[in-house]
Order: sequence, then C-alpha cells, then structure tokens
Amino acid sequence: MLNRRQFALGIAAVAGASGAIKGAAAQTGPIRVGFLTVNSGALAAGGRQLEEGIKLFLKQRDNKIGGRPVELIIADTAGQPANTRTKAQELIERNNVHVIIGPLAAFEALAINDYIQQVGIPTISDSAAAEDLTQRKLNPWFVRAVSSSAQPAHALADYAAKTLKYKKIAIVADDFAFGHEISAGFQRVFEENGGKVLQKLWSPLNVADYGSYITQIDRSADAVLANFAGANGLRFIKQYNEYGLSGTIPLLGHMTTIDEGILKNMGDEAKGVVSTGWYSAAIDTPANKEFVTACRAEYKADPGYYTLGAYLSGMFLEEAVKKVNGNVEDKTALMKALRNIDLKDTPAGPIKIDEYGNPTMNIYIRKVETVDGRLMNKVIHTYPSVSQFWTYDPKTFLQSPVYAREWAVKG
Amino acid sequence: MTRKSRITLISLSLLILALAAPLLMGQPFYINIGSQVLIAAIFAMSLNILVGYGGMTSIGHAAYLGTSAYVVALLTLQHGFGFYTASLVALGVVVIMAAIFGAIALRGTGITFLMITLALGQTMWGVAFRWSEVTGGDNGLPDIKRPDLFGLNLVEPGLFYGVMIALFVIALVGMWIFTQSGLGLSLQGTRDQPRRMGMLGHHVWLVRWIAFIIAGFWAGVAGIAFIGYHGYIHPLSLGLANSAEVLLMVIAGGAGTLLGPVVGAAIVVVLKMVVSAYVSRWVLLLGCTFVAIVILLPEGVVPGLERLLKAILPAARDDEEASS
Repeated sequence: MLNRRQFALGIAAVAGASGAIKGAAAQTGPIRVGFLTVNSGALAAGGRQLEEGIKLFLKQRDNKIGGRPVELIIADTAGQPANTRTKAQELIERNNVHVIIGPLAAFEALAINDYIQQVGIPTISDSAAAEDLTQRKLNPWFVRAVSSSAQPAHALADYAAKTLKYKKIAIVADDFAFGHEISAGFQRVFEENGGKVLQKLWSPLNVADYGSYITQIDRSADAVLANFAGANGLRFIKQYNEYGLSGTIPLLGHMTTIDEGILKNMGDEAKGVVSTGWYSAAIDTPANKEFVTACRAEYKADPGYYTLGAYLSGMFLEEAVKKVNGNVEDKTALMKALRNIDLKDTPAGPIKIDEYGNPTMNIYIRKVETVDGRLMNKVIHTYPSVSQFWTYDPKTFLQSPVYAREWAVKG
Repeated sequence: MTRKSRITLISLSLLILALAAPLLMGQPFYINIGSQVLIAAIFAMSLNILVGYGGMTSIGHAAYLGTSAYVVALLTLQHGFGFYTASLVALGVVVIMAAIFGAIALRGTGITFLMITLALGQTMWGVAFRWSEVTGGDNGLPDIKRPDLFGLNLVEPGLFYGVMIALFVIALVGMWIFTQSGLGLSLQGTRDQPRRMGMLGHHVWLVRWIAFIIAGFWAGVAGIAFIGYHGYIHPLSLGLANSAEVLLMVIAGGAGTLLGPVVGAAIVVVLKMVVSAYVSRWVLLLGCTFVAIVILLPEGVVPGLERLLKAILPAARDDEEASS
C-alpha cells in the first residue's frame, strides 16, 4: 500500500515526467507571497528595512518570479507572538499564500513553528536567528536565509584568539536569547583557543544608560565584545567613547551591533570597531556592488542585515520556483527545492543550505573605516563556507544544550 | 414587557448573533478570531470583578493569565502531565498566587493598589524572562499540543470555537450569579461606600480579598484557554502591555457591566487582528477609537448604548408603575 506521502511523491514524479505541459497548466494566477514583518512597536525600524529588501527584489524583476507575477501580501505582527500566529493564519487561510517570508523576531518564529508544520507551508526566515530553529526544534517546512545567532560569533572568536592574539575578553550584551546565544558561541570557541572570558555583563533591552555597565568593565581586558541588536549598539558605542574607553580597550562587535542600518547614524566613535557577520555592504564583488548601488539609488542608504535578509529570501524563492517550473502549488516540491538551495553568487557570497535548513555561508570579519566619505564595514578577513556548527561535528554539537545565558564550557 | 427586559432581550439576541457571526462567515480565519475574542472576553470579565464591581484598578492582571499558561506549558512539556490535569494544577497555582498577591496589594487602595499590582505583575514577567532554564526566557515555550475533548480533535477551529463558546457562557453566567450574590452585592457596596459597609458589619478587606482571588481564578481559566489556542507562551503575554490592554477592554466596553468587557474585548481584538490587515496605521486607529469612546460614551460602550436605547425606546406603562 502506498501511504499519502508516497502517493504525493508518485504524483510529483509523473508530473515531472510530463514536464512542461503540466507545469504550464498549473501556472495560472500570481504567486502569492505572505510577508510577516513589524510595522509598529519597538522592532519597526528593522521591519521597514525588511520590507525595503523584498520590494527592491521584486521591483528589479518587474514583480515577476519564474515568469509568474507575484502578489506580495504584507502583514504587521506588531512584534507580539500572539499576533504573529493570527497574522500567519490570515495569510494562509484567508489569502491562500503559497509561501511565507518572515517573521522578524526569533520568538515570533517559535510561536508559529508548530502551526507552519501543521498546515505544511514553505517558510523562509529573513531575520529570525534563534539557533534551535535549525538545530533542536527542526521543522521540515522551515529554511533560513540568514545565519544562526552564533554562526558569525564562532568565527570572530577564532579571529580574536588567533589573529588578534587577544587573551582576555569582557562581554557586554543584550539580555535576551539572541544576546545569550552569540555570547555563548563566542565564549566556547574563544576559550577552546586559549582565551578567557573575564566577565559577561547583561544589560536589559530597553536600558536608557549604559554608563553603569561600562564602568563595570574589567580594565585588564584586551578587548570588549559588544553584542547588541536594534539601535542599542549605536547608543552603547557612543557612550563607550564618552567614557574615554575607545582609545584604550579595542571594541569587538556582532553583526547587528554595528549594522549598516545604524552605522549611517554613527560618527568617528565607530571607527576601528571590528565586527563579524555574514554580510557587509563593502564586500568587493560585482554581485554586491550591483546590489548596493541599487539599494542606494532606491533608499539612499547602505543595505544591512534586514535589507539583505529579505532580499536573499526573495533569491531563495526565485531559485526554488525555477526548479519546480513555476508550479508553486506543489508545496512539497517547492519546499524540497528550498531546502536544497545552492546559490553561487549572492551579494553575501556563495550560500548552500545544510541538511538542517540553515545556510552555510561566508563569515566576514569587518572593520569600520571611512570609504567614499561614509562609514563602512570594510572586510579585513573572510572565513569561507562557515557552518552553523563551526568545526564541530553536528551530532555532538546537538547533544549539548542550546547556548544560554549561563552557558559554560564543560571539562 | 418592561423597557428593561426589552433591552435585555435586545442585548441577548445581539450576543447570540455575534457568537454565530464567525461561523456564518465560513472561513477558519474568522472562527479563530472568534475564539480569540472569547478568550480575551473571559480575561476582561475577570478583571471587571476588580475594576468594575470592586472599584480596584489593577494593572498587573496579565500575571495570572500568563502564570496559568506557563504552568500548563511546563507541566505538559517537561513533566509529562496531560493537558487537563495540568490545567487543574494551574488553577490551583493561580488561586494561591492571587491569595498571596491579594494580601499584599490590598494593603493599599487607589493609586497604591494600582502600583503594587503593577510591581507584582512585572515581577512575574521578570521571572518568566530571566529564569530561562525553566521558562525558555525570551524564546518562550513552544509546541504545547491542543488536547482532545471526548475524542474530538480540537485542532479543528470550529470545534475549538465551540468549546470556547461553552466556556464563555459558563463564565458569563457565573459572573451574573456572582454580581447578584450576597458577596457580589457587598463587593459593590465596598466600592461605593466602604466606610458605611464597614459600619454595617461587613468585613471590607475580606470581601475585597475574596473578589481578588475570584478574579485571579477566572484569569487563570483564560490563561488555560490562551495556551490551548496558541500552543505558545512568551513573557510578553504576562507583561505590562497585556495588562494595560485588558484594562482598556474593560474601561472601553463599560466597567461594572456584565457585557461591557465582552464588547471591549471584541473591539480590541477585531481592530488588532482584522482591521490591521487593511489599515497599516491600525495602532493610531485603536487610539482614536478609545478617544472617541471617551468623548462620546464616557461611561463605556455598553452603558452608553443602553442610555441611547433608553432614549429611543418609549417608556412602557409598567415602567412608570415600577418607578413610582
């Protein structure tokens, strides 16, 4: 007896054999793309950049993917998990979307994780980085276009220990899951390479003044690692400079600490900050130059984390739609194509999805410098094809608990 | 028929129509919105006991909904409890919590009471956010399975909505019985004339404390429905924003009326979930709606409409007899 899945696969095989005829028949009407973003509340700045990214992508293609027109349906989750679920239901049950791009925050993605499995809808994450989404809470309907939280942090730790020869690091980070995960990932690799994390200072997300945290920093540290999201990096670096530490203890950062989205609002205090990320607007490839030029022409700003996250999601979708000959109605085939994305030439470099749905991609070590009269994250080193598991074996990596606030190296 | 009973009849038929509306619209999306309105309505009714009937403005009420949801989530995910056993434990926990928090918060009245409930609510938020080894912190607790009921799979939106209607009707009738009971009447007495009530031999503090616990209990019931619906709980659900939102529902709909919180819940949920799909500045619209309510119907939508209805409906003869 065939079970349902085998039956569906069989149908897909027959459809594949009869090829173009079947494909052409299915290609009626637009591809409906549900876009979960945040237009109101604290996360709205990132949400706007996400929207800019996907709109630029569609504009460059005359609103068509794989020959079919695209209907983009944008839903505002307000950054609240309960709303996110309702908005996802709205997109799927009322608008009958073929694919979902989003949502923004990790907890939003976790809130709809069971629902997207239940209804079986291909979902491309354009921002949510929570480790477990592609590690311990695997979802066959989920694929991520951005790195996992700690993926760039592992590389930065390696660079700090081996190239910069730092021995002692103090960490200041946002006190939420993203901050915990990147800090723990850094600590693990840094301490395995002979370094020592002296202290981890956690500041609340909405703290008004970093003064009390900056004064607690151990002055014997070789460098300070600042792990922030949103606009917090901007405010921290400003105050770090005001307290006179900029010249004395070098500053390291995560991608989002000094993202292009906030770098444009910074001044000289940001110069020299070394950070890590899966992208920089200063990457010197034709693909990226073209993307940055288009983005500057459209929005008069350099693209950053969110802009490219949404843009890459669009590239993922385009690639998958081509692979299924435009037949997005076959969700199983579309998802299979999404889980096997292998793009050679994106603005962020080559990207290949691993078997857990997370991209293996280049990690760039960047340093803030003035280029063409504006601050940019100049690439000073590239770690090619970095996995979310760094150099560890995935099986053993997944046996230890997820990176957390009190994460400590065992043994 | 008296004017009062005619108004009751009108409101009852409107309520039944409103409950049937999501089913008539046919799409699971609207049925799900209906379920969410009812969950919010039970939650708002529980707060109405304090705000409306007790005259005690609490701004930490989401703590009870959230705690109950967290207890269900933790017990089912990590300790192998069934959903219903976990729910019973959750209600026990919430009642004990309300008893303790009530004893602390009722040391003050008015603004003091409000501030203490705020502080206690934020404490629970802090625990949920910081104790990440247990609560998952900012990642929340996902994947709580919706239970079966008498062999029916409640994942089906229509069936879940049916259960929510039953739960809502029980809560509504329970609330009506409460307001007519000796306890409910003395609570309203302590709201209007606490000193006189004391002189008459009522133990004002005790009445308020019991009301506080009952309010906590029903917020706990709403919490169980909440986790049953969403299958996910995050610290935001027991934070200040959620507490303020439910308070707005009560005040907008009409504090101290049976149906006020229900109408308030419907307004907020529909604006937030449905209208936001068409209007991108829906937060502004929500604000304007509240401003409009405050200006046009300052006592709340339900008492305001009742006033308008009274003006429209001619007074019957027996009304005059009743009033003379």
